[in-house]
Amino acid sequence: MEKNMETIFQDKIDKEIRIEPKDWMPEKYRQTLIRQISQHAHSEIIGMLPEGNWITRAPSLKRKAILIAKVQDEAGHGLYLYSAAETLGISRDEMYDQLHSGKAKYSSIFNYPTLSWADMGVVGWLVDGAAIMNQVPLCRSSFGPYARAMVRVCKEESFHQRQGFEILYVLSKGTEAQRKMAQDAINRWWWPSIMMFGPKDDESPNSIQSMKWKIKRFSNDELRQKFIDVCAEQVKVLGFTLPDKDLKWNEERGHYDFGEINWDEFWQVIAGNGPCNKERLDARKKAWADGEWVRAAATAHAAKKAAKRTAA
Amino acid sequence: MSYSIIKLYYGDYGEAKNGAADISTNNTPKEEWPLWEIFIRSKQGLDHKHAGSLHAADAAMAIENARDVYTRRMEGVSIWAVESKYIHASVPEEAGSLYDPANDKAYRHPTFYDLPDEVKYM
Amino acid sequence: MTTLNKINYLLHLADNALIIGHRCSEWCGHGPVLEQDIAISNIALDYIGQARNFYQYAAEIINSENDPSLGFVLPATEDSLAYLRDTPDFKNNLIVELPNGDWAVTTLRLFLFSTYQFYLYNQLVNDADTQLSAIAEKSLKEVTYHLRWSGDWVIRLGDGTEESKLKIEKAIEYLWPYTGEMFINNDDSISSDWNKKLSSIFHDATLTIPAKSWMQEGGLKGIHTEHLGYILAEMQYLQRAYPNSEW
Repeated sequence: MEKNMETIFQDKIDKEIRIEPKDWMPEKYRQTLIRQISQHAHSEIIGMLPEGNWITRAPSLKRKAILIAKVQDEAGHGLYLYSAAETLGISRDEMYDQLHSGKAKYSSIFNYPTLSWADMGVVGWLVDGAAIMNQVPLCRSSFGPYARAMVRVCKEESFHQRQGFEILYVLSKGTEAQRKMAQDAINRWWWPSIMMFGPKDDESPNSIQSMKWKIKRFSNDELRQKFIDVCAEQVKVLGFTLPDKDLKWNEERGHYDFGEINWDEFWQVIAGNGPCNKERLDARKKAWADGEWVRAAATAHAAKKAAKRTAA
Repeated sequence: MSYSIIKLYYGDYGEAKNGAADISTNNTPKEEWPLWEIFIRSKQGLDHKHAGSLHAADAAMAIENARDVYTRRMEGVSIWAVESKYIHASVPEEAGSLYDPANDKAYRHPTFYDLPDEVKYM
Repeated sequence: MTTLNKINYLLHLADNALIIGHRCSEWCGHGPVLEQDIAISNIALDYIGQARNFYQYAAEIINSENDPSLGFVLPATEDSLAYLRDTPDFKNNLIVELPNGDWAVTTLRLFLFSTYQFYLYNQLVNDADTQLSAIAEKSLKEVTYHLRWSGDWVIRLGDGTEESKLKIEKAIEYLWPYTGEMFINNDDSISSDWNKKLSSIFHDATLTIPAKSWMQEGGLKGIHTEHLGYILAEMQYLQRAYPNSEW
């Protein structure tokens, strides 16, 4: 029976039929999805912090409004994704517990600090740019709720990348001090951004299973190369440079060659040793703990109201 | 079957490198606000369509939140909020018996009837 | 109304919206639950939008006067008015600049203030100045929602748990002395409508309205609490550190 179900399941996947929450699925598929979707959701929520850091200091009212809207969108994305994970039978509170206890991970990029206004531009251009490249294929994820959440997310994300690039474009036309601020931000964020695509393919042999299940559709290296090719051209429009002396066009490959990535740093940041790991997690834990009495009050009030209705 | 999945996606670094693979215990903590399904009529004359879900302490809050989350407070829309636990769903394994018979009844579909071309507007 | 009075009145409305919007925006990413984080960020956005409308209109008048003796940077823009005036130039009510405190202080402040704005904008909708009345009309829709949202929270916290009741009672004690300033220079009808609304929500929240007491004031004259200086230091830092730059 089990075997048969698994064949039917794989058959559906091969035919591009979406899997829905109540359909039979291998336990490992369910687990993998819960982990993947919840960690994606955590990334959105933690991702609010480095940008939220600049809301009160945004240099114009227009920029302030855009930034609030953007950070708020990320909260919305987190919410869509938590909801998608909840269809698999895990509660949002449980996912929070996993995040707060350090058991669940989130994108390591958010463990880097946002030190200047230009970082708002670079986060939009590079970090959201890398995220979009990762996310667009997920709109065709085999799991229905995830795919649908991602369609919504991707629609909103493209505005994020564009506003980021625009911030940098304005800085590039600005004063010497502003150009310096922007180049410095690019220098700090470039390498962490290309690390966002994950380890090299030959070091993650088992994402093959994920490809077979059509959870993930392109390899890490394919996406990374595509991203670097795009950015190497876009940075020219800004008149800035990417901090990689080995970056050059390879006619034969039809791609840009690039320098060695510091994977040691990557794993260190994931392991908790990034510049802001502790701050980020502490901020989330504090918000959750401080909110506990608020949530309890709303629950208590709702119960009182319901009791009154029943009595009436 | 055993797979160890190293990296899947954005924010997910797999089991091998400390990623959580912990699966639900299905113990929804009692104090969590209930989950609501949100249906939105985006324009007069259209059906309410499922927009997504959210957590809220009561129905009023669910509707308020739905405006913030799913319509960004567009006006002139109608919102339904239904607590998720009250949604009954057909069971997929039975889907065959529920839906397949209808496929056989082609006579329910207008195109089943081959009418002479002269008959218009039918 | 003289032109300068008109400008100052618009700046008063704009500063109120900007500063309370600033306070609401501080919650972004730190709310008690994701859905409410989104809600309060929406409210912050509404207020920043209102501030921009009022500043833009004020800037228009300042520029058409084109009189350096009025004391404004020329040409005036929404950003020069928000970012290049200092504490004594700000004309907001003290209540909006007080720190957020906890969720009780934040939602109660929003309730007290947006109720006042609701009745004020209701009057301004009929103002002879069509530009002002148009801004008031748009803002009124937003404030109606802020009022409902914050009023619901006051009821939930008052009629919630013992702990939440204690917290909102403390918030009332803290904010109450700052409520009187809202009614200076306004029709009595605004304060009586405000009191009625307050009674009805406090009744549902099982809360008691404090007795009449000494009221703090000074915001309209530019004499603020210590908190505003820090808000402006943070908000204006880039404009001050890199003068004459485009962003």
